[in-house]
Amino acid sequence: MASGKDFNATDYIQHHLTFLTKPVGEGGFWALNIDSVITAAILGVLALGIVWWIVRGATSGVPDRRQAFVELAFEFVDEQVRGIFHQGDRNRFVAPAALTVFVWVLLMNAMDFLPVDIMAWMLENVFHAHEFRLVPTADVNTTFALALSVWLLMIWFSIAAKGLGGWIHELLCAPFGVKPLWASPLLVFFNLLFNFIEYVSKPLSHSLRLFGNMYAGEIIFLLLWLLAATGIFGTVLAAVLGLGWAIFHILIVVLQAYIFMMLTVVYIAMAHEHH
Amino acid sequence: MSFNLTLIAQAVAFALFIWFTVRFVWPPLLRAIEARQKSIADGLAAADEGRRSLETSTRQASDAVRSARERAAEIVAQAEKRTAQMVEEAKVAAKDEGLREKAAAKAEIEQEVSRAREQLREQVATLAVAGAEKILRREVDARAHAELLEGIKRQL
Repeated sequence: MASGKDFNATDYIQHHLTFLTKPVGEGGFWALNIDSVITAAILGVLALGIVWWIVRGATSGVPDRRQAFVELAFEFVDEQVRGIFHQGDRNRFVAPAALTVFVWVLLMNAMDFLPVDIMAWMLENVFHAHEFRLVPTADVNTTFALALSVWLLMIWFSIAAKGLGGWIHELLCAPFGVKPLWASPLLVFFNLLFNFIEYVSKPLSHSLRLFGNMYAGEIIFLLLWLLAATGIFGTVLAAVLGLGWAIFHILIVVLQAYIFMMLTVVYIAMAHEHH
Repeated sequence: MSFNLTLIAQAVAFALFIWFTVRFVWPPLLRAIEARQKSIADGLAAADEGRRSLETSTRQASDAVRSARERAAEIVAQAEKRTAQMVEEAKVAAKDEGLREKAAAKAEIEQEVSRAREQLREQVATLAVAGAEKILRREVDARAHAELLEGIKRQL
């Protein structure tokens, strides 16, 4: 509750939902959400750096507590990937990619736990950033960046596994089998339509699920803090409800990271399949 | 909610992070875990091997104990048989010895008896002569009456 007397609910929410955007060129697209990029980069570098530092001294003997923790995450991700991906050596790409997604998304989601107003005050007074959004996954750019990267990987692996001709053939001849190709132009049309819808819906659902959950979580926190601004009773109530929501949010944060990782693995595994 | 360059920036960051994990994070941990799994598997196999060899040696040991026990029983039986045999032999020998001793004693007694009888005969003869002298009140010429005396002696 930064501003005191002339407190305005709309301004408050708008303030917390505004990105720190720096234009880098002409037009709406040529701008950068500095907050999302910096937070995401710091979290990724920190998490993977620490993991790398621990893993560098990894022993095949009795692991110390740090290594055991990393191995726990490793085994968890590896187990999930093992259950889904059977079309090759998962250690070459899919499993490490899944670990990256899980760790990174989990940390980005976890930024939602930071109390927004304390962080806003700190960022304003220490870094002189009036606007700064802390949850990169509540930025649609981040979730789409991840989902579209996975989408490109999906197409890449699809072509790598089946060849360009095989991939195009599959676009035309699946899910309804058409043999030969010119036997039924109607079915080919429907196949193409279905595949088009599938290729569009995959990244959309992938990214919007994560974005929606994190964005909604942020909004609910903001609404609770608005309630806290209404007086003593509201503050107590908001504190209790905020605690409840934060505890529930622990589940959401982990669950969404898990779902995002699982979908990544499933999409890449599906790309390897022949129809 | 609008798309901008952040999309590209985050995608690049994502690609870099994946590359980093694939290249630097996953392989060493995988190696360590696989090496540990292998050593655990080896240890389990060794334990299995040990258990099997323990079973074998236990079986061998019990076999050895059983055969030793059989052998001991055999030896004891043999010894008992031998003992009985020896006792029997000793009995027979003792009986023989007893008989022999008895026979010797008998012979000796008979000898003594005959000697005593001889002495008795001598003394009776002497007494008879002395008696006869007294009766005759005179010296009997031993030489003259030797024949007579011999005859008396023989009658006794």
